[in-house]
Amino acid sequence: MSGTFVGMPAFPEAAREALTDSQLRHNLAHATSTIRAKRAKVVAEVPDWEELRLAGAAVKERALLDLETQLVRLEETLTANGATVHWARDAAEANAIVAGIAKAHAATEVVKVKSMVTQEIGLNEALAEEGIAAWETDLAELIVQLGDDLPSHILVPAIHRNRAEIRDIFRSKMGAAGRPAPDDLTDEPAVLAAAAREHLREKFLRAKVGVSGANFAVAETGTLVVVESEGNGRMCLTLPEVLVSVVGIEKVVSRWEDLDPMLRLLPRSSTGERMNPYTSMWSGIAPGDGPQEVHVVLLDNGRTRALADEVGRQALRCIRCSACLNVCPVYERTGGHAYGSVYPGPIGAILNPLLKGVGHDEQTDSLPYASTLCGACFEVCPVRIDIPSVLVDQRAQVVDAHRGGVPKPEAMAMKGAAYVLGRSRRLSAVERLTGIGMRFARRFGPTAWTGARDLPDAPGESFRDWWLRTDGGRTDGGRNDDQKG
Amino acid sequence: MPDARTEILARVREALVGSAIDPVQTVAPRAATPVATRELVDLFAERVADYRAVVERCSAEDLEDRIAAALPAGQVIVPPGLSLRVPDAIVDDGTLTAAELDLIAAVVTEARVGIAETGTIVLDHTPDQGRRAISLVPDTHICIVREDQVVADVPEAIALLDPARPQTWISGPSATSDIELDRVEGVHGPRTLHVLITPPRDVTS
Repeated sequence: MSGTFVGMPAFPEAAREALTDSQLRHNLAHATSTIRAKRAKVVAEVPDWEELRLAGAAVKERALLDLETQLVRLEETLTANGATVHWARDAAEANAIVAGIAKAHAATEVVKVKSMVTQEIGLNEALAEEGIAAWETDLAELIVQLGDDLPSHILVPAIHRNRAEIRDIFRSKMGAAGRPAPDDLTDEPAVLAAAAREHLREKFLRAKVGVSGANFAVAETGTLVVVESEGNGRMCLTLPEVLVSVVGIEKVVSRWEDLDPMLRLLPRSSTGERMNPYTSMWSGIAPGDGPQEVHVVLLDNGRTRALADEVGRQALRCIRCSACLNVCPVYERTGGHAYGSVYPGPIGAILNPLLKGVGHDEQTDSLPYASTLCGACFEVCPVRIDIPSVLVDQRAQVVDAHRGGVPKPEAMAMKGAAYVLGRSRRLSAVERLTGIGMRFARRFGPTAWTGARDLPDAPGESFRDWWLRTDGGRTDGGRNDDQKG
Repeated sequence: MPDARTEILARVREALVGSAIDPVQTVAPRAATPVATRELVDLFAERVADYRAVVERCSAEDLEDRIAAALPAGQVIVPPGLSLRVPDAIVDDGTLTAAELDLIAAVVTEARVGIAETGTIVLDHTPDQGRRAISLVPDTHICIVREDQVVADVPEAIALLDPARPQTWISGPSATSDIELDRVEGVHGPRTLHVLITPPRDVTS
């Protein structure tokens, strides 16, 4: 039903292609600048925002550093509340559990709340193989699913599409998936949203099984929390008889009151609102209200690998707000697809290598370099993930992972630099050759590097030669003609 | 092979060898919002209206008239424990299916907490508010909030709420910003949210 990120090229190659799409760049620049302004306005309203960020980071850090206890506690409280808890080491195990539950109820379809984790594990594709249709019900996810497209933003997966493109997708694709779009469909956002409401309502009303993720899981009380805007989440969490929630093990917070900083930080950072329209909380089964069979799948899928990385583990604090995407100069220009993952942008550039490990595939290894290290992502992060520091550490790990075999060009360059800089005579010899080298590099150099950058002209004279000749600038040294202005 | 639970917990333990928990508990700051009830209720009303919900303040005597005026044409449903009478309304007995609820135009409920700073109404689905489906499927939600239910900000609300109960936090009508980040009110949840703010029950009864 939807595309796949498998087999995506490494970031530089994918980014190069994305940069040639002027429609994409226009859509992205408009969307990210809108949301940046909204966020800045509501964050400025909170006088203690920095203290709130510290509190949010502390809530997540405490739970992560005590994760075994918290997970066991969460399992206990969920079970006491009538939920069934499952554990999944990886995507395949999690998908099999969800498919098994749907099959046990003879369901041929499930309705889904927008969820990053179910995209990460490829749940829709796995269910399709079992003959079960998974209907995405978030508007942007619907646009992506109907368009046989890939998500490109954590919060607004169809951020790369404008209203005219969305109208075309609805017109041509809705009919095959259920209720068709009305004939008089325009590209007004309100009209498009109304078409989605009509299209999905029949699916909500008949669904037997709902599938969700969770924004937070409270260990102390066995409460799951889903934060959303449209009400599709409420529909999926309330109307079906059976609810399955796939929850990454890093979603746990210890105490009920820990929800306070999180619910103040998330909406302001994410959609730029004081509060998102709807937040649903449920603690297992509520008799006579909502699904009477509730499952929770606790998923690892690389999270324990990330947890073992002392620098990188802070990435597990991430609450998927997407503020870092919206401020990133690289993301704004390339869009999300170039990152080759459901987690794009700065957080994706560290989370993917941490979850998957480096040194296995070129695409993942390229991600820590998809950044200028400008630091804007760290400044907006509501849980203070120091993304630039983790990026640098991940780069080191990528280089380390390639030691021993054929060295990468960066490693060769660094080795060369170490040799040259180690002796002043070697340095001055190389300085004299720089001009020739630059001319050579411009003609035959690696295009991946020079294609996107201007190679500076070599100076006619090195600094060290100039210093010797002019006595540190105190004399004119008798020759000044070929200095560049 | 060990089962998934055993293996995941072992991996967690191994990942954290040598990492101590920071004993410092960072306490989330309280927002500097006004504390007088009057100001809180003013702020609440303003912030709810910011989401393009309809907000009205009225006395307890006027409440039934205001509800009648706010109701759209069509059938109305009320939860079994609603503290006032809505003429001709269906009193939910928990048997109507989602498809049947879809034929109902409006719902009238009370609430548990109002949050001034964020303009949020919290339902905890006790009998004065009813099961979650009745305040979700009908297209108009009329919600009665008493002035003494309004608190300053999220921490005060969290402190009052019972985690054992299912909860729905509502901040304005259903909305989306998925198309060019242009906010549109009204997707799947009630497209009209009508909030009636009344004085505390003990003052007026």
